[in-house]
Amino acid sequence: MLCDDLLLTEISPMRIKNACSKSIDFFEKALQANATKPSLAGNPTDLNTAIKTAADILRASHQPLFAGLGTEVQGMRAIMRLAEKTNATLDHMHSEATMRNTLALQNSGWQTTTLTEVKNRADVILAIGTDIVSSHPRFFEKLVWNSDSLFDKAQAEIIYLGVAEESVQAGISPDGKKPLVIPAETQKLPEIINALNVLSQKKNSLSKKLVSDLIGGVSIASLRLILEKLKTAQYAVVVWSASHLNYAHAELTVQSITQLISTLNESNRVAGLPLNAGDGDSSVNNTSTWLTGYPTRSRLLNGQPQYDSYHFSSRHQLKSCDALLWLSTFNPHQPPSCDAPIIAIGHANMQFDRQPDVFIPVGVPGVHHAGTMFRMDSAVAMPLKKLWATDLLSLSEVIHRIEALLT
Amino acid sequence: MITLLKNGRLYDPTNQKNGVIENIYLEQGRIIAKPHGAIKITKTFDLTGKIVMAGAIDMHSHIGGGKVNIARMMLPEFQESKKYSEPEAHICTPNCSHHATPSTTDTGFRYIEMGYTAAFEPALMPINARQAHLEMADTPMIDKGCYAMLGNDDYFLRMLASKKDQKSINDYVAWILHSTQSIGIKVVNPGGINAFKFNQRKLDLDENNSYYQISPREILKSLSRAVQELGIAKPLHVHCNNLGAAGNFQTTLDTMGASDGLPMHLTHIQFHSYGTEGDKKFSSAAAQIAEALNINRHITADVGQILFGQTVTASGDSMMQQLNAKHANPNKSVMMDIECDAGCGIVPFKYRDQNYVNALQWAIGLELFLSVEDPWRIFLTTDHPNGAPFTSYPHLIRLLMDKSFRNDAFAKLNLDAQAMSNLTSLNREYSLYEIAIMTRAGAAGLIGLNDRGHLGLGAGADITVYTDQADREAMFSKPDYVFKDGELVVKEGKVVKVVWGATHTAKPAFDMGVEKDLKDYFDKYHTMQLANFKISNDEISGDGRGSIVVHKNKHTAPKKTGES
Repeated sequence: MLCDDLLLTEISPMRIKNACSKSIDFFEKALQANATKPSLAGNPTDLNTAIKTAADILRASHQPLFAGLGTEVQGMRAIMRLAEKTNATLDHMHSEATMRNTLALQNSGWQTTTLTEVKNRADVILAIGTDIVSSHPRFFEKLVWNSDSLFDKAQAEIIYLGVAEESVQAGISPDGKKPLVIPAETQKLPEIINALNVLSQKKNSLSKKLVSDLIGGVSIASLRLILEKLKTAQYAVVVWSASHLNYAHAELTVQSITQLISTLNESNRVAGLPLNAGDGDSSVNNTSTWLTGYPTRSRLLNGQPQYDSYHFSSRHQLKSCDALLWLSTFNPHQPPSCDAPIIAIGHANMQFDRQPDVFIPVGVPGVHHAGTMFRMDSAVAMPLKKLWATDLLSLSEVIHRIEALLT
Repeated sequence: MITLLKNGRLYDPTNQKNGVIENIYLEQGRIIAKPHGAIKITKTFDLTGKIVMAGAIDMHSHIGGGKVNIARMMLPEFQESKKYSEPEAHICTPNCSHHATPSTTDTGFRYIEMGYTAAFEPALMPINARQAHLEMADTPMIDKGCYAMLGNDDYFLRMLASKKDQKSINDYVAWILHSTQSIGIKVVNPGGINAFKFNQRKLDLDENNSYYQISPREILKSLSRAVQELGIAKPLHVHCNNLGAAGNFQTTLDTMGASDGLPMHLTHIQFHSYGTEGDKKFSSAAAQIAEALNINRHITADVGQILFGQTVTASGDSMMQQLNAKHANPNKSVMMDIECDAGCGIVPFKYRDQNYVNALQWAIGLELFLSVEDPWRIFLTTDHPNGAPFTSYPHLIRLLMDKSFRNDAFAKLNLDAQAMSNLTSLNREYSLYEIAIMTRAGAAGLIGLNDRGHLGLGAGADITVYTDQADREAMFSKPDYVFKDGELVVKEGKVVKVVWGATHTAKPAFDMGVEKDLKDYFDKYHTMQLANFKISNDEISGDGRGSIVVHKNKHTAPKKTGES
């Protein structure tokens, strides 16, 4: 959610006002990320040697894969220039999830909203297949249980569909009002959402079914209740998390959700809110899109951008690439296993099952250096500030130096 | 280092030069007087027989920001159409790229290759300003700038509803210009984007937004007055209510009276000039609109011409785009409500010459061009990409300058549409001088770029050189030379040097006390802090590539003409 109201009051022990579990973990890891040196196959080396070795690997490579891409706008700008120079393929670490949304967007479009609209307008929130807070811990605190809203709206009514009873604690209002919970297996969501679409039509094939009949384990009565609540809302918001729709062809479920929203908007106001997966996914896709015309899962071949949402996945490219450049600056995610030479650039705490050929630790954006970051809703880009000094270079600086050696 | 452009034929309306043959001297990015004999001329370009104009300025083109990027993301197939060589319509040529969503790099290159040296993003959403500037920072070759959208943001509507005085409104408008690094203010479907969030589906000029009980007329009155009193050059940029709706010409006519005689610019007026006559209840009201424009001298307009082929409409007008989504081709669209600030709607369109409505839209745009008498008050746009990609400008210029070409094209349109248009009775052909007014002098004057759009002493040396050709499309597609700030950047239609251009802004004085109430508002209702909303100068110029130009308020008389 890229909250900008955090206030770091003490470093040891870490005390942050308005923090959530994710931000405390993030700052603690960043704080520890200082002493690491670059290394070649696990052996410490100096920065110049590491940069030169990385450039040598890329120079020898014909089809490198730039994966992970855990970075912000400025880092991505630098990576794109290096990709152009090396004919690289680009894929983000969370693209399996992101692609579910992108494919739905590219197939039928959608109708969405943003965080400030949710905070001020939403009087019904339907969460499909996600408790929201495990990925976005402050969602309810900041956007739902807030006392200030522009239009004196009623406190939002929360509906969970396809979420277990034990995961809905955050959806209980401060005055104890419980959410409506309709549990279902995640795998059953496709048929459940399709049934909601059918029921949203005046004349429909389910109209003769008994209300007690089950679809994907959910009664038709429950589905009708959901629709009724969406329709009587002043402004309903439907939240989903593509990461949690973790099954084959979940893009069709996303499309089914957005289709429902679109139908309801013929007479009501309902808007979608897709949750992102993090590690700079919105920043990377936005930047790539304005620079080349395409979001990621792209390739720059002889200066010409290409796009292939299937073949340019890391899963496929790891088999055929002849060098892997792994980038993860926000979190110490380690590179996937790969037979080709591996260059890892990122969080100083990165640990490895197999030592990469080159490892270059860099600063964490928004902690060790400034940057620019898109929020989950893509509508707002925020400046990231430098919080404390470090010897670590930024990702952009390292990438520029590698690029300079390739000219 | 002095460059001499020798013996070119100048079309420089600001300085009343209509085809005179003169020399131009350039030094340090500026046009200078003829240097003394002893001073060495470093380089001379012999422009004998060539046409010389200032670099063209696109005063309304969606080149940056969230909408455009969503369009790119939704339509990856458009990138493939770059080399599209078999256009559907007879009137298209290989020069029409049919590529509606170029990357930032392509945007800069395609503009400069046509001799355009500046383009203005007309719909910067204040909350999304950082993204717009990021994209424009990655747009090479041309100068750029933005008009910030107001009039649907809840902060402004609350001010209006609580009857805040005009000074408070002026302070807020000035604060927005500063915070978003913009040069003008725009209003899109005044009050309507906001009303759509309350499930209103239509808003007329004197109809109230159901929550605030405020009409579009009141919004226009307040904002046009703020712009006037702050003294910025660019008049309030108005996208009227009821875009695209049959019969909307009445709204447009009424809107001209909404500012009590203060200047307003009505944008993409073609989309707002529709009547309800005929069997299909859709007709041209271009004659009425042109007549009103001729009389109302406080109003300027750009056309928003449509041209046939595939494009995408990207608009802040979520209310009207929601209605247009049923015509989407290919069948997909994005609608967004955004941050209690505004919204957007992105709907791909394929304009077809055999479709009655599309054919008539094409004719209406041209009727407007040819019926509005004063070329200083009408501007050449396609509302890129909404009517057509900006790369089709050379084609549009030929339609304006060449009657037989235009009539040949008209003869191939949908026959019912032909029967409803008087286009062939309009004999006007634009002159080179008039084209230079519409695309250079007039545009610079409107925005307040006093040192651009002309070839007088002291002007920024943005200069385009063409070979005079009977085929005006060929001529305007491929200039011989383009100079940007005095440097040769295009030769024979190809970029020879990459430059980055400046960002033009206006920063009128205001009372900083306005931030007190704004901070409270941000803390209570927004999901970002006030400090992060503001775009610092450093964010644009800090990388050593971008730069900011702050324009003095109000248009001043152009400098004296150059030597002859």
